[in-house]
Amino acid sequence: MIGIVNYGAGNIFSLTAALGRLNLNYGMINSEDDFDIYDKIIIPGVGHAGTAMQKLTDTGLVPKIKSLTKPVLGICVGMQLLTGFSEEGNYNLLDILPLKTLRFKELESKKVPHMGWNQISPQKENPLFIGIADETYFYFVHSYYIEFNPNFTIASCNYGIKFSASVQKDNFYGVQFHPEKSGEAGELLLKNFANL
Amino acid sequence: MEFAQTEFYLTSSILLSKRIIPCLDVKDGRTVKGINFVDLRDAGDPVELAWQYSNQGADELVFLDITATHEKRKTTIEMVKSVARQINIPFTIGGGISELKDAEALLNAGADKISINSAAVRNPQLIDDLAKAFGVQFVVLAVDTKHLVHGDFVHLNGGRIATELQTQDWIKNAEERGAGEILLTSMDKDGTKSGFDNTLLKQINDMVSIPVIASGGAGSSQDFVDVFKKTDVDAALAASVFHYGEILIPELKQLLKDKNIEIRI
Repeated sequence: MIGIVNYGAGNIFSLTAALGRLNLNYGMINSEDDFDIYDKIIIPGVGHAGTAMQKLTDTGLVPKIKSLTKPVLGICVGMQLLTGFSEEGNYNLLDILPLKTLRFKELESKKVPHMGWNQISPQKENPLFIGIADETYFYFVHSYYIEFNPNFTIASCNYGIKFSASVQKDNFYGVQFHPEKSGEAGELLLKNFANL
Repeated sequence: MEFAQTEFYLTSSILLSKRIIPCLDVKDGRTVKGINFVDLRDAGDPVELAWQYSNQGADELVFLDITATHEKRKTTIEMVKSVARQINIPFTIGGGISELKDAEALLNAGADKISINSAAVRNPQLIDDLAKAFGVQFVVLAVDTKHLVHGDFVHLNGGRIATELQTQDWIKNAEERGAGEILLTSMDKDGTKSGFDNTLLKQINDMVSIPVIASGGAGSSQDFVDVFKKTDVDAALAASVFHYGEILIPELKQLLKDKNIEIRI
């Protein structure tokens, strides 16, 4: 069963709806004890990374999250929280991944936010991307990105710059795109996570 | 741990897909206007229509709520929830949003974005407030524009009421306030099926650094080719040509791809 960390950063209706469509059972995590109920954990997140980090800190769940050994999936800002630092509000984050979250600079004529369907290149053997071909489209909405890093990037994407569409360190996974809004490919990814 | 030299990975290849967006009018939680998909069981069911469009390859959906009364807006919220429960692509809802709490209810019901139009003209601060509360990615500014002798001007109520706001000034102002996307409808072109207003769209698109959705005038697949080739807007929206089956989305997307326009198939 999947537990969703409930810390008030953004709406999770679409995420729970997607899990419901896939017949994946889920529940909300509001306390440290709740983590024991679930074997997979999702950290959602929309909006300002600094604000999201503040809200997560306020729940008191940060030390528990950092100590988790079960599969964890951060989505969008939830993924960015796994990094050490974000330029959005110059906030220090969970620092599970030794990476930085940076703002898209005004490169050539690129628009910010990076909004819409873009192709990703996943690592072939990664279990999160089983059945998901190279150049599959996923839906992105974000103004900040996690830098590309050959050690932790498990799927890359290009938007004037090559960045991390997905990262992994041990049991911690993150996706910058919204699997719950990315059609069948997104649903497959959620299933893959549930099967880890 | 050494950070990768991100500059090294600079690349010019942009694979961000152009978006094709069908627009559905809804009233009291039901879709209105003629829709004639052959295999449709209930043409008034927004969820079924949304599902059809998403299956055909629509990249996103816009629902325009034309519900007249405030009480009936609860029905709209229920509709948004049903759509979010069953559709796996993003959607925007517009119409009648004038306060933060309207927007919040829609966000909590699963809408990805809201579009605001006349309420923002009456109270531009609404854009700032919405962007601050929910993020710029949530706020689409819809602008209905008409060409007059002395320039392009923002119009309200489906083009019936002229304002003194010059379209270019208003869009620039809205971008600064925190609009995350512009939905620009040319009232001169709307309903004419003579193609998008590519001159104005190019001018606006070159002026802003947020995504622009072209609307008004789509009559043929070639009109979509033209708008993407001539203006580089991010998305194109249409209603009747899709609803009446005059343009089929899979065929349209194949044509765009054949014309080397980045498109998701």
